[in-house]
Amino acid sequence: MIRASASNRRAILTRLGSMLVLLAAWQAAAQAAGSRMLPTPLTVAAFIGRESARGDLWTNVGITLARVGVSFVLAMVLGVLLGVALGRSKRLNTLLDTPLLAMLNTPALVITVLAYVWVGLNESAAILAVVLNKLPNVAVILREGARDLDPGLEEMARTYRFDRRSWVAHVLVPQLQPYVVAAARSGLSLAWKIVLVIELLGRPNGVGFAINYYFVQSTDVAAILGYSIVFMSVMIAIDILLLQRLEAHVRRWR
Amino acid sequence: MSAAVDEMSGSDAVLTVEIARKVYHPASAEPVEAVRDLAFAIRPGEIACLIGPSGAGKTTTLRILLGLDADYDGSIVPDPRASETGPGMVFQEPRLLPWRTVEQNVRLAMPRPQRGRDLDGLFAHLGLAPWRGRYPGALSLGMQRRVALARALANDPRLLVLDEPFVSLDDAAAASLRGLVVDTVDRLGMSVLMVTHNVAEAIAVADRLLLLSPRPASLVATIPLDRPRPQRDRAWADATRQDLAQRFPGVIAE
Repeated sequence: MIRASASNRRAILTRLGSMLVLLAAWQAAAQAAGSRMLPTPLTVAAFIGRESARGDLWTNVGITLARVGVSFVLAMVLGVLLGVALGRSKRLNTLLDTPLLAMLNTPALVITVLAYVWVGLNESAAILAVVLNKLPNVAVILREGARDLDPGLEEMARTYRFDRRSWVAHVLVPQLQPYVVAAARSGLSLAWKIVLVIELLGRPNGVGFAINYYFVQSTDVAAILGYSIVFMSVMIAIDILLLQRLEAHVRRWR
Repeated sequence: MSAAVDEMSGSDAVLTVEIARKVYHPASAEPVEAVRDLAFAIRPGEIACLIGPSGAGKTTTLRILLGLDADYDGSIVPDPRASETGPGMVFQEPRLLPWRTVEQNVRLAMPRPQRGRDLDGLFAHLGLAPWRGRYPGALSLGMQRRVALARALANDPRLLVLDEPFVSLDDAAAASLRGLVVDTVDRLGMSVLMVTHNVAEAIAVADRLLLLSPRPASLVATIPLDRPRPQRDRAWADATRQDLAQRFPGVIAE
């Protein structure tokens, strides 16, 4: 235990060290450039302070977070269901494999623009666009998971007459969990990147809107960096506090 | 083909197997006939050992009588696909759910209304009491097989089916598990069908040997072993084995 906590402390120190080096490099580069196009860390921090005092920062971050949350949950639920169905039914997979490939290879921008054009410049179109962008990735990952189910455990479950509920809860879901967590972790970062594009193109609020606003109005790089740093930090916090713990919980039996 | 079945007034048999034909159709190869005219019955309270060369169709036969494979000509009585609980099955690989505890593994294999039953006696008898809350990954193979045995016994089946249950265990672990099986069966009065390629093991525990031919599997002979188990010494076992090897050179090696 003592050894473990010592190596933990070293890992944390290493991470902090790398962040400090990054900050120092940024500071040095900004000083050398002496330009508004590359503000110093302190300038960005000052912007974050001002913007958050006015309340705009947290409103925009909150709105974007809500969009990410809703579309992430929708895409995960639908993607998991679709992926499992594809992995378990050969016919369905043959039927939907090509459309899925097409969607995987359609640029996020195209899906977004089409959603706004066809559904209208509203919240539903924004959510729909994120879901359509993310769903194919989730489905493909879960399809692998559903194909990798242990046939020995299937036979065991049939021999012992597991009812549907027991089979789902104790045989199927535990085998899919690592795939769901993998899809969630890669999907969350994907979702927020797409949400920003969608806000930039057609929403009157959110982090994407704010970045676009400061860019068009004054090419305020401090604002752009400030917003992305805050939002990145929120997403990293969610990953560490929620998803990584979930992953550890899922793997506890190993 | 039902001579082997008629011989014992079929009706009081715990299990009657009559497989006229089982053919596999691999996607890109000639069809393989795995079983032809295989018929036998298991009597109440007996330990029968199915012995045959590897690749003879023993596993195929097991899968059919467990109801895992319906694609064959013949019949199994009682029909495993119609009955509510099947025989207690111990697979060669323990096939435990690694993400559930020892106790959960046993209870999940029981019909839902009985899952709350008191299993203290069963766990104590199999020496599993200290391991009830552990995950299978923390147990040795020998202990995992015990858990699989506990799972098979939990439903009080009339028939226990064991597929190579002592393979890849060291001598001590194999002997202790063998003792447990024989002891349990004698105590509870259930029948056992054990599949093995280990002749010495079969001679040590069986009331009757069922000898299988190479593929396509059919019954070559049934050999009753009348000597009570405690009196089966080394000399008797060696003599029995040599006698069998002479009479059935294709099935039993010296």
